[in-house]
Amino acid sequence: MDFELSSEQSMLKDGVDRFMAQRYSQDARGRFMAEPEGWSRDNWRQFADMGLLGVGFDEALGGFGGSMVDTMIVTEAFGQGLVVEPYIGSAVLAGGILRHSEFAGREDIVADFVQGARILALAHEEEGARYLLSHVSTTARQVGDRYVLDGRKVNVIAGDSADILFVTARVSGSVRDEKGISIFAVPKDHPGVTIEPYLGIDGSRHAAITFAAAEIPATAVIGQPGHGFAIVERAIGDGIAAVCGEAVGLMDAMLKTVVEYLKTRNQFGGPLGRFQALQHRAADMYVATEQARSMAIYAAMMTSDANDLERRRAMSFAKVQIGKSLHFVGQQAVQLSGGIGVTDEYIVGQQFKRSTALERQFGDVDHHLSLIDHLDRRR
Amino acid sequence: MDLSYTPAELEFREEVRAFIRDNLPESIRAKAGLSANYHGQDVRTWHRILNDRGWAASHWPVEYGGPGWSAVQRYIFMEELLQAPAPEPLSFNINMVGPVIYTFGSAEQKAHFLPKIRSLDYWFCQGFSEPGAGSDLASLRTAAVRDGDDYVINGQKIWTSTAHEADWMFCLARTDATAKKQEGISFILIDMATPGITVRPIITIDGEHHTNEVFFDNVRVPVTNRVGEENKGWDYAKFLLGNERTGIARVGLSKGRLQRARRLAELSEALDGKLSDDPFFRRRCIELEIELKALEITALRIIDRQRKRNDGKPDPASSILKLRGAETQQFSAELVAEVAGPLGLAQTHGGHVPWQEFDEADLTAVLGAVPNYFYSRAATIYGGASEIQKNIISKAILGL
Repeated sequence: MDFELSSEQSMLKDGVDRFMAQRYSQDARGRFMAEPEGWSRDNWRQFADMGLLGVGFDEALGGFGGSMVDTMIVTEAFGQGLVVEPYIGSAVLAGGILRHSEFAGREDIVADFVQGARILALAHEEEGARYLLSHVSTTARQVGDRYVLDGRKVNVIAGDSADILFVTARVSGSVRDEKGISIFAVPKDHPGVTIEPYLGIDGSRHAAITFAAAEIPATAVIGQPGHGFAIVERAIGDGIAAVCGEAVGLMDAMLKTVVEYLKTRNQFGGPLGRFQALQHRAADMYVATEQARSMAIYAAMMTSDANDLERRRAMSFAKVQIGKSLHFVGQQAVQLSGGIGVTDEYIVGQQFKRSTALERQFGDVDHHLSLIDHLDRRR
Repeated sequence: MDLSYTPAELEFREEVRAFIRDNLPESIRAKAGLSANYHGQDVRTWHRILNDRGWAASHWPVEYGGPGWSAVQRYIFMEELLQAPAPEPLSFNINMVGPVIYTFGSAEQKAHFLPKIRSLDYWFCQGFSEPGAGSDLASLRTAAVRDGDDYVINGQKIWTSTAHEADWMFCLARTDATAKKQEGISFILIDMATPGITVRPIITIDGEHHTNEVFFDNVRVPVTNRVGEENKGWDYAKFLLGNERTGIARVGLSKGRLQRARRLAELSEALDGKLSDDPFFRRRCIELEIELKALEITALRIIDRQRKRNDGKPDPASSILKLRGAETQQFSAELVAEVAGPLGLAQTHGGHVPWQEFDEADLTAVLGAVPNYFYSRAATIYGGASEIQKNIISKAILGL
């Protein structure tokens, strides 16, 4: 048992922390969000230069590591500074499809991605799915050596920036079946594909993507036709671990902001921080953050567990703890900041929006508690 | 970073598990399994079995009879005891007074006391709290006045758990009434057989005799029984309270209770089938399980950090473990009590209970559930109340 970072991991962390300190002030973040795609291509190039786009892939695939702990180091730092670039959507989710599948041309896509030459996106969520992972109503009808895709995907991170979309569609079964889902690699600007970008409540950029009789060659199927769910489940599992890391960084940042405020804001003739009611609230935030950190580590460790049931259960365990901690820390950060906490300008307001989004991403507390119970009844 | 135990650690876990299985007397095992209260003799018996194996003083230096285990091994050992479940070695002896003596005591004190503390030939109790000194311990007033080679002690202690079993007490007493309150206190070992000591039971809300008041009326104690320097007792007490806190979350205890709640739920009718199938009940169990997993990893993280820092100082983050550990102990006790339902509300002390539904083991679990819940309320009060732990976090970690 060991919780220490390796020397390579420490270097990675130092590098990302330095980048964040130098590049990611609140003002700079506003400028990145104002760029055409809602994030900065220049930052993305720097991610590539720093090797951040390769940390999720092992060396055999052309990456620099492949451990989820490395990914968590990056997302934790990103969470502290509210990074808007689609790192989790592209490197972890779409990257997860590459990690957990095998198909011709995979190495080339990874190589391009690691260099920052191609953006990837996973188009999986649908309006009616809520958080159910197996809900896929988009259909793929085989016609000769092609598939015809019809349906609509939402919440696609980097959907309007992606050079390649990994799209889930149903080749058989009914809407919620785990069996019968295929994954297709669809290039940008493909006929029959309409992409509508929109803003998330936290300022992040998403897209809704409509497929109207979009013809995709059968060679674009990733993995075994109809067996895509296992791949998506692994990719989303990686996404949960990455989001847990981001959430911990975000909670650290909220706690730091609040403690600083309590030390410097004077009321009743002295700093607020001398009141025990507020001290204890801050202590509760600290405890919630540390419990979340423990479960983020757990999630990162368990993403590679070969036992499907145990791995999925662990991811849900982590997401429940993270969700509860985010909920508490986010709300209390606003409360302890007073009036300024509910302004759009103050950093805590921005952090609260992000924490609310992260609470829901890949499933909220209620969903994962139900999912654990569902898995337990199958054990 | 690696969350898994090494093969050697896993082997160690098996060794501990097998030893408990083969050596824990059946009568103690039965009580332990039901969270029934141990008798003093149960604790003595099991403590001595562990001591004969060399395992009673798991974190003591080897020269004083410790087994030379790593922090992880110690954690595994404690978890295996709690989950077996089996009694822990007497904490007053092993976690509290022993380390104070081997760190600050004289050569004579080490030679005389440590072997007897380790073997439980001397059972120690803790004379800290007083009627006027609870969370504000340093305001204690029990006085030790020098008279030749003796201290003459007068005053009162309260919440002195196991004083009725104890052979000795480690006691904080005021040796300088004029100094600032933390600076006039000494750490003194008192033979409970000394004339002038009266022990009066306090019956707690579970109906049990865990704790006591202790009165001192001109009790003469040789000055050689003082540990360390005169008026430095507060430092030793702080050392004691911060020492070996990583086991304090008692995750294993709560895990055992969760298992018991699920077991009893399988026997209990609910609106729609068995309680064990009720989604709300299942959800509460899962939430506790998640909390315990987080707590376990937090404990391991703190152990790992202490091991690497290796300066012997307590980590203020261990306040998380006391705080959340006590809360989960309470939550788990409450869960069992709720599963026990209306049948758990029967008074068990001095009365006959005519329930016919359960076998003896399950009946004992049902009848013990509510008293256990009652006494679990003490967990957030003793050993530094939750509010004190939050003070520590906000001051020592957050700098407020």
